[in-house]
Amino acid sequence: MLTPENMAAIKLTLELASCVTLILLILGTPLAWWLARSKSKWTAPVGAVVALPLVLPPTVLGFYLLLAMGPNGYLGQVTVALGLGTLPFTFWGLVVGSCFYSLPFVVQPIQVAFQSIGNRPLEIAAILGAGPFDRFMTVALPLAKPGFLTATILGFAHTIGEFGVVLMIGGNIPNETRVVSVQMYDHVEALAYDQAHTLAAAMILFSFFTLLSLYSYQKASSRAKTSFGISI
Amino acid sequence: MIEMLKKKRSTLIKVRLTQGENIQRDFSLDIDASLSVPGVVGIFGESGSGKTTFLRCIAGLTRLGSAVVKFNDEVWQNDEIFIPTHQRSIGYVFQEDGLLPHLTVEKNIEYALRRNKKTSIKGLYEKVLLILGIENVLDVFPDQLSGGERQRVSIARSLLQQPGILLMDEPLASLDERRKREILPYLERISKHFDIPILYVSHSVEEIARLADNVLVFKQGRIVEKGPPNSVFASENSLIGLSDEVGVVFDGDISAWDENWELSTVTTGCGDLFIPKAGTVVGAKIRVRILAKDVSLIETPQSQSSILNQLPAEVVELSKDQNTAMSLVRVRVKSEQLVARISRKSIEQLKIVPGKSLWIQIKAAAVLN
Repeated sequence: MLTPENMAAIKLTLELASCVTLILLILGTPLAWWLARSKSKWTAPVGAVVALPLVLPPTVLGFYLLLAMGPNGYLGQVTVALGLGTLPFTFWGLVVGSCFYSLPFVVQPIQVAFQSIGNRPLEIAAILGAGPFDRFMTVALPLAKPGFLTATILGFAHTIGEFGVVLMIGGNIPNETRVVSVQMYDHVEALAYDQAHTLAAAMILFSFFTLLSLYSYQKASSRAKTSFGISI
Repeated sequence: MIEMLKKKRSTLIKVRLTQGENIQRDFSLDIDASLSVPGVVGIFGESGSGKTTFLRCIAGLTRLGSAVVKFNDEVWQNDEIFIPTHQRSIGYVFQEDGLLPHLTVEKNIEYALRRNKKTSIKGLYEKVLLILGIENVLDVFPDQLSGGERQRVSIARSLLQQPGILLMDEPLASLDERRKREILPYLERISKHFDIPILYVSHSVEEIARLADNVLVFKQGRIVEKGPPNSVFASENSLIGLSDEVGVVFDGDISAWDENWELSTVTTGCGDLFIPKAGTVVGAKIRVRILAKDVSLIETPQSQSSILNQLPAEVVELSKDQNTAMSLVRVRVKSEQLVARISRKSIEQLKIVPGKSLWIQIKAAAVLN
């Protein structure tokens, strides 16, 4: 049913989304913790920067990333100095771009979950003798679990759906940067509607079941009083 | 008697808190307390009087810039040092929601035990669980417990930490009357069975009178009164705003029990009082509370009165009541003092002045334990 080109695009998309989600969970957790707990005056501007990809056209983001990652950009100079070459039009370039693009979808649910824990459980843990890292690992993380689940699903799903950023910094190289959304665009351009139909149907089914599992979980755990909301 | 003579560990806590009015406009703190704590020290005051802040500063949960906190020889906080909460030897019972919500009762206790490696006292675990009656809820998550059970688990967990001092912040305030009565006996047992100094914060006269060996009264961020409960609660200084609760507390012994009328005779510093069902065991010690509104004054004893307790008294002083139609009259009855709350008109009619001899009638007396 799916042609080898379509299969390759799906495989590449899933790899990209997995990498991006993993990286964002690792980097986004401390960022979300800081945004949720810090009394610094910098939380508001940093929070706004994190939310920017929600409102910016992806092409704007892609344009700046392209410049930054190019041979004359700051990021590009670093990667060249490290002997990695430049990132645009490579898989890892897409990973970096997607991390920016999907950042709010991972950080915000975790931040909301951390905020909804409140001070009390952490105070209890301190009274019981737990130091700051101990409290984070044994109280904050377990209590924010629903937020992490939402963050994982939204980050993953959102990376799969991106198009503008990919087109700007990734181009259209088979097995390297040709993800499903770009493949779809190609099919339509080439008037290959049959192939476009099967790919589109596969994407709709995938997206539907991803969201269905999220909402079913949300409903089941609504007792846990944890908000899943995305807020700008 | 043996219970009374048992040597209690004495702990010295020094706290000095000052907080300027810049933080909250109507609130400033100026507290300098040096507490020697064997047994239970009650911290009493209206809400907003600074008593919770006082406790949170001792725990290190609130950090006031200029505070000084010393625990025996350890400095917990001064201008240079701030020992974080998890390194202080404290137990803390919150008003409510004091359990980690994602852990069962047993895991909550384990969480504390694993982080407080003290020499384990043989049988302590079983004893605490038994005394607080929580052996049957170990596998249960906090949200499936009743409010009273949650507080009992909190208390058990903090006892098992074997802290240097146990801080309790209105542990009963979130419970209804029935649950309060259910838990008070557990709290009494704790101070009897465990040699642990307790700071007990409450705005309830009854709780403090029942539990505390000594009382600090907080008002608008200051300590206005301190001493044993009987002297503190007779002082109107402690009780402004609570005129219905002005009264005295003192200890007595049951000296007789009349089975026919179900009356106990209680020997106190002001003489023998008849109190219905105060206790049947002769020799038992009880604590009695007499509210000012339950005390009336008469010129001469009346044989035709329904009131059993009539005692000769001497007026010590008069003071204002919050209700401007009423006055508080402090009287001496033998070695104790009582307070009567009567109308200003009666003061005029009976010509009540300090030094005057008259009689008091006690309409009701509450037995606190």
